[in-house]
Amino acid sequence: MNSVIYHICTWWLVTVSTGEGARAVPLAGHVGFDSMPDQLVNKSVNHGFCFNILCVGETGLGKSTLMDTLFNTKFEGEPTQHNQPGVTLKSNTYELQESNVRLKLTVVNTVGFGDQINKEDSYKSIVEFIDAQFEAYLQEELKIKRTLHSYHDTRIHACLYFIAPTGHSLKSLDLVTMKKLDSKVNIIPIIAKSDAISKSELAKFKIKITSELVSNGVQIYQFPTDDESVAEINSTMNSHLPFAVVGSTEEVKIGNKMVKARQYPWGTVQVENENHCDFVKLREMLIRVNMEDLREQTHTRHYELYRRCKLEEMGFKDTDPDSKPFSLQETYEAKRNEFMGELQKKEEEMRQMFVQRVKEKEAELKEAEKELHEKFDRLKKLHQDEKKKLEEKKKTLDDELNMFKQKKTAAELLQNQAQQAGGSTTLKRDKERKKNKEHMCTWILLLL
Amino acid sequence: ALIQCKTSTLNWQQRNLEGYVGFANLPNQVYRKSVKRGFEFTLMVVGESGLGKSTLINSLFLTDLYSKDYPGPSQRIKKTVQVEQSKVLVKEGGVQLTLTIVDTPGFGDAVDNSNCWQPVINYIDSKCEDFLNAESRVNRRSMPDNRVHCCLYFIAPSGHGLKPLDIEFMKRLHDKVNVIPLIAKADTLTPEECQLFKKQIMKEIQEHKIKIYEFPDTEDDEDNKLIRKIKEKMPLAVVGSNVVIEVNGKKVRGRQYPWGVAEVENGEHCDFTVLRNMLIRTHMQDLKDVTNNVHYENYRSKKLAAVTCNGVDASKTKGQLTKSPLAQMEEERRDHVMKMKKMEAEMEQVFEMKVKEKKQKLKDSEAELERRHEQMKRNLEAQYKELEEKRRVFEEEKVNWEAQQRILEQQKLDASKTMEKNKKKGKIF
Repeated sequence: MNSVIYHICTWWLVTVSTGEGARAVPLAGHVGFDSMPDQLVNKSVNHGFCFNILCVGETGLGKSTLMDTLFNTKFEGEPTQHNQPGVTLKSNTYELQESNVRLKLTVVNTVGFGDQINKEDSYKSIVEFIDAQFEAYLQEELKIKRTLHSYHDTRIHACLYFIAPTGHSLKSLDLVTMKKLDSKVNIIPIIAKSDAISKSELAKFKIKITSELVSNGVQIYQFPTDDESVAEINSTMNSHLPFAVVGSTEEVKIGNKMVKARQYPWGTVQVENENHCDFVKLREMLIRVNMEDLREQTHTRHYELYRRCKLEEMGFKDTDPDSKPFSLQETYEAKRNEFMGELQKKEEEMRQMFVQRVKEKEAELKEAEKELHEKFDRLKKLHQDEKKKLEEKKKTLDDELNMFKQKKTAAELLQNQAQQAGGSTTLKRDKERKKNKEHMCTWILLLL
Repeated sequence: ALIQCKTSTLNWQQRNLEGYVGFANLPNQVYRKSVKRGFEFTLMVVGESGLGKSTLINSLFLTDLYSKDYPGPSQRIKKTVQVEQSKVLVKEGGVQLTLTIVDTPGFGDAVDNSNCWQPVINYIDSKCEDFLNAESRVNRRSMPDNRVHCCLYFIAPSGHGLKPLDIEFMKRLHDKVNVIPLIAKADTLTPEECQLFKKQIMKEIQEHKIKIYEFPDTEDDEDNKLIRKIKEKMPLAVVGSNVVIEVNGKKVRGRQYPWGVAEVENGEHCDFTVLRNMLIRTHMQDLKDVTNNVHYENYRSKKLAAVTCNGVDASKTKGQLTKSPLAQMEEERRDHVMKMKKMEAEMEQVFEMKVKEKKQKLKDSEAELERRHEQMKRNLEAQYKELEEKRRVFEEEKVNWEAQQRILEQQKLDASKTMEKNKKKGKIF
């Protein structure tokens, strides 16, 4: 593979020729770069290590006890009750030291897992927590001024999934949860409180669990077998999964030694006895052999997957159709322009919507106004009609009144005339009457 | 979002572990993995031709990097400054190292050497750019690290001081790459001359504020003592040789003179061993780390700041360097959402107000019309009542009058009747 790239800058011609890959050359003596791994190790030791474990399992399966047992110390915490309304994650960080190795250990516990009646959303807070750690790392990685070297890595390196020792099969909650987590974290399933299961039941249980995991396509963490120095032990251990563990911080005297154990009337379960449980295997694999691999897998596989999905979600892509890789600059600029355009568009849309609403409302109100005017026009007309009627009636009355007046005046006139005439006539008549009366009186007297 | 998560503050007190847990084995795990991965290192040599750069490389790595089959740049005719890289794979003690040697033939050889550092700078930058692009891809595979980890700058053994070209070059490159200045062909200087020369060079380096590679202090006092010793010897005066000579029964690399052999690996003859130990055996990893954490980060932040600050007001960018461009866009998006919300609320408010106004007006005019209508109605009613009253009065009057008239008529009738009677009666008399 010979590739020659020409860069022309001002008038200096620079030719960069890569050789044919890298050719192997023999060394004529001890150069000394075989100290490189030691240099690297020294730097790592000086810097300190960090490891984050997530324990997922129902309340009461001995998660905290197992952590205490694994790390030979009493971590904080009160045992939780079963009445949690939802699943919350509690994380605690501890600084441990063993010989010259400093380890920043973070233990994350799921509180309330499996306690609710409706467990559909149980896995959600766990997934969100794991994603949040990835997101924090991604944000740091994308910063312009970043300090990755001193960043406290909170990404979950190992997830111990605690399976209840029913002896039958996995619960559906277990399958659902592990399926949601297997692409985000290294899952190591363990059978908790396994001193409740007999050896024969245990074998069947393990087989059942493994087959259920396989048939449901759940990817659990496989101890790596590509490095010759650990390939053998790892592949043996892989066949013992899931580990059946017992945790205990209490010590019992066996022989003349104090060992971690659980004392029953029928015997004592020794935590570190490989015939009794797989605790030693778990410790060996998790801590002594594969801790670094778990960290590496988290970084190169799970984190990369998260990162890729996140960036693709935001619309970043690697190459354009002409198969010329976008430079970072172009990508960001394009993204930014697209982004600004989107924002502008949204703004415009909102404005338009308002203009529309205003128009509609105006039309509405105009309609209402028109109706109102029409109503009152009608009323006015009615009123006019009434008025007219009234006027007519008035007129009628006035006419009658006039007529009456006339009649009256006419009659009075007549009366006056009559009275005048008849006044004399009445006088005459009165006189006559008197005369008549007198005549009548005289008559009556004569008669007598 | 970090919801539903309670993180306690770090428990800084050291936990006493009762019994062996096993994470003390972590360093071994790291060791194992690093050996499996293999190592890579890129070393650049810069200096005028004839200063023995290729020879020194061969001596450092005890190999014939440049041989008859792969002739070094000095064997070739060049008219302009070239930047050439050769990649070799070397193995030792189970450890694999991919070594890239970058040579700069023609540097400083022309009559006019202005800008002869530019190709070198361009090379270093382009390697950083490659790494940045690889790091920024959506689909990231393995990212080969071809960045230049160390630049050995060869100073001609004039014995006087630095040349202007030396100063210019180091000033331009000290914040892009780890620069280690060396006095070349040191076997032309006597120890005293060498001392004076070194002092002069260091003085000039300090005067011009050139930042050469500094050895980091360690926590170990012993190591620190050694480091201080090395620092006193800077810049290192080296001699290289492709030839192995037998001296006192031992086979050594050296330069044979009539007056003796200048041994490359003899600490009293030159500082070659110091250089080799420092460069390869103790500080190779640190050179890589400084390149990654300091020089590359400088390059990256400058590059990204230029991108995201394109067209953005300079006063706004000061606080934005601590955010990733994506976070920045997220923030801008959030700001915009808030702005839109506010705008929407404002518009809504104005809209509501206007509607209310209009409705109120409508209501008022309706009320007004109602009122007027009522008034007119009442008016009419009053008039009606008046009319009624008038009519009633009139009717009453009329009735009374008519009654009166009738009485009068009756009276008249009676009177005329009696008169008739009386007339009749009177006549009888």
